[in-house]
Amino acid sequence: MTQGGAAAPLIEAAGLRKVHAPRGQGAPTEAVAGIDFRVRRGEAFGFLGPNGAGKSTTMRMIAAVSPVSGGTLRVLGMDPAVQGAEIRARLGSVPQDDTLDTELTVRENLLVYGRYFGLPRAVVRERALRLLEFARLEDKADEQVEALSGGMRRRLTIARSLVNEPEILLLDEPTTGLDPQARHLLWERLFRLKQQGVTLLLTTHYMDEAEQLCDRIVVMDQGRIVAEGSPAELITRHCTREVLELRFAADEQAGHAQRLVAAGERVEALPDRLLVYADDGESALAAVHATGAQPLTALVRRAGLEDVFLILTGRTLVD
Amino acid sequence: MTTALPTTAGGPPAVPSPGDRAPRPAAGPLDSLVAAVPALREFGYWMRRYRRVWRGSVVISVVNPLLFLTALGAGLGKLVDAHHSGHLAGTPYLHFLAPGLLAASAMQNGFVEGAFPVFQSARARGNYPAAAATPMRPGDILAGHLLFVAFRILLSGALFLAVVAAFGVVGPLRALLTAGPVLLTGLAFAAPLMAWAVTVDRQSRLNGLYRFLVMPLYMFSGTFFPIGQLPSWARPIAECSPLYQGVALTRGTALGTVHPGAATVHIVYLLVLVAAGTVCACRGYTRRLHR
Repeated sequence: MTQGGAAAPLIEAAGLRKVHAPRGQGAPTEAVAGIDFRVRRGEAFGFLGPNGAGKSTTMRMIAAVSPVSGGTLRVLGMDPAVQGAEIRARLGSVPQDDTLDTELTVRENLLVYGRYFGLPRAVVRERALRLLEFARLEDKADEQVEALSGGMRRRLTIARSLVNEPEILLLDEPTTGLDPQARHLLWERLFRLKQQGVTLLLTTHYMDEAEQLCDRIVVMDQGRIVAEGSPAELITRHCTREVLELRFAADEQAGHAQRLVAAGERVEALPDRLLVYADDGESALAAVHATGAQPLTALVRRAGLEDVFLILTGRTLVD
Repeated sequence: MTTALPTTAGGPPAVPSPGDRAPRPAAGPLDSLVAAVPALREFGYWMRRYRRVWRGSVVISVVNPLLFLTALGAGLGKLVDAHHSGHLAGTPYLHFLAPGLLAASAMQNGFVEGAFPVFQSARARGNYPAAAATPMRPGDILAGHLLFVAFRILLSGALFLAVVAAFGVVGPLRALLTAGPVLLTGLAFAAPLMAWAVTVDRQSRLNGLYRFLVMPLYMFSGTFFPIGQLPSWARPIAECSPLYQGVALTRGTALGTVHPGAATVHIVYLLVLVAAGTVCACRGYTRRLHR
């Protein structure tokens, strides 16, 4: 409060819930089960979690296209249930599946979308030129979207979402299904936007994406927030500095899991390998060897968000 | 590497940032209208798509009635007129058939424009969800699309009427008057269909409805023969069909034989379908797009 209006959160959720009506005779499903978070202006905020964690549903509620079932949600200080259209006018939205019209050209997609915001024709035409450049699609401007690659379509979707000069950009799984080169190009474009002062909200189940782009992350699982913080904070708070990955012959792993507990601070057993959490992976490996265990392979790496999720939920992110 | 964004020569940053907005070029009167009436933006989208295919659609809308009226009206009609049995009350078969076919084609256009594009927009093509992410409300999206459907029904109907006029069945004034019943008939099918199509999850359901509802209506609603020819048990059923109401109104208007009382019944019947369809569609669109 002391810092005045600028410090007011751009998005604020308290006890936010979403219950989907049952299909047929099933029970209603609670996609989002009471979550609290605040997003500040200029921040890059990530929802991390596996499929079905409630990330997309949360994004849709923020985007004012999904009515809130319970709790409160304020976006840009407004209630989505009352001022949905006003909120949407100031948001950019990149849905999980591209909703481009593949029969229209790249430029036409931008023009049509800009018109949906009620912008004058001349304004939209001028912005389309700049956005084509931003998306590196100048050469493709008058080609049908049908002819574009997945990465190009994604860039066009992002460019399209910027046509109304949004204050907040919502990105639902922005790089899922793209090859590494296309992902890096997208990250670089998103990073530029962030530096321009656009607040980014994104969902992902990729650790590296969250680590690259997000200042702050909430980890979601089964409709709840299980942890919150910067990527580095989350790792130091919930995890050791390093991880030792051990592979054993298939029938030996179960026996070793018990005996190796002392080698690190914690041991997690995955179907194909054991993870030993320790601040010093090399000395943990020495301790393993000292027990007489002979892993087929041993690898020491830095701990990441994947490990945080595994420790918090007992499950891996990508099933 | 600098963090500056690519700019167009001398222009503002390539990427918009809040508070650093480009000076706006002057907005024209059309821009103000589109800014005030969101449905026109959706209409604009459909017109942009239509611009790509309008030539073919115009040719079909002229050739189709030309073939039907030549073969059935002028060809088969000669035979019918020669064995005239009094069922047509002295009306040449061509004159009886043309307005019937016209109303039936309005129904078909209402179906084709109201069912498939709505299904695709809500699902695979995704243009409805895309529009719903903007300030457009589901009702705006529906209204704009419905406006385009009305435009298509009216355009096809006008071309059909031009052919009918060329056959000498109606004069220019009656042709103009008949456009109203044609639009009403088409929308009486389109609006309820849009309400349904936005909820449908498989295209095969749309095809099924076409085969089992539209085709029988087409055949047995007084299009090709007066429903007095039907067995007595089937007549009341045929009279209740929306296409029969549309055919009767269209034929009565085109030939100048309509009674004001009967016309009122037809018009109210069709208007109720349009209104009920639109209300249901508005709910269905909201449920689908704001889940």
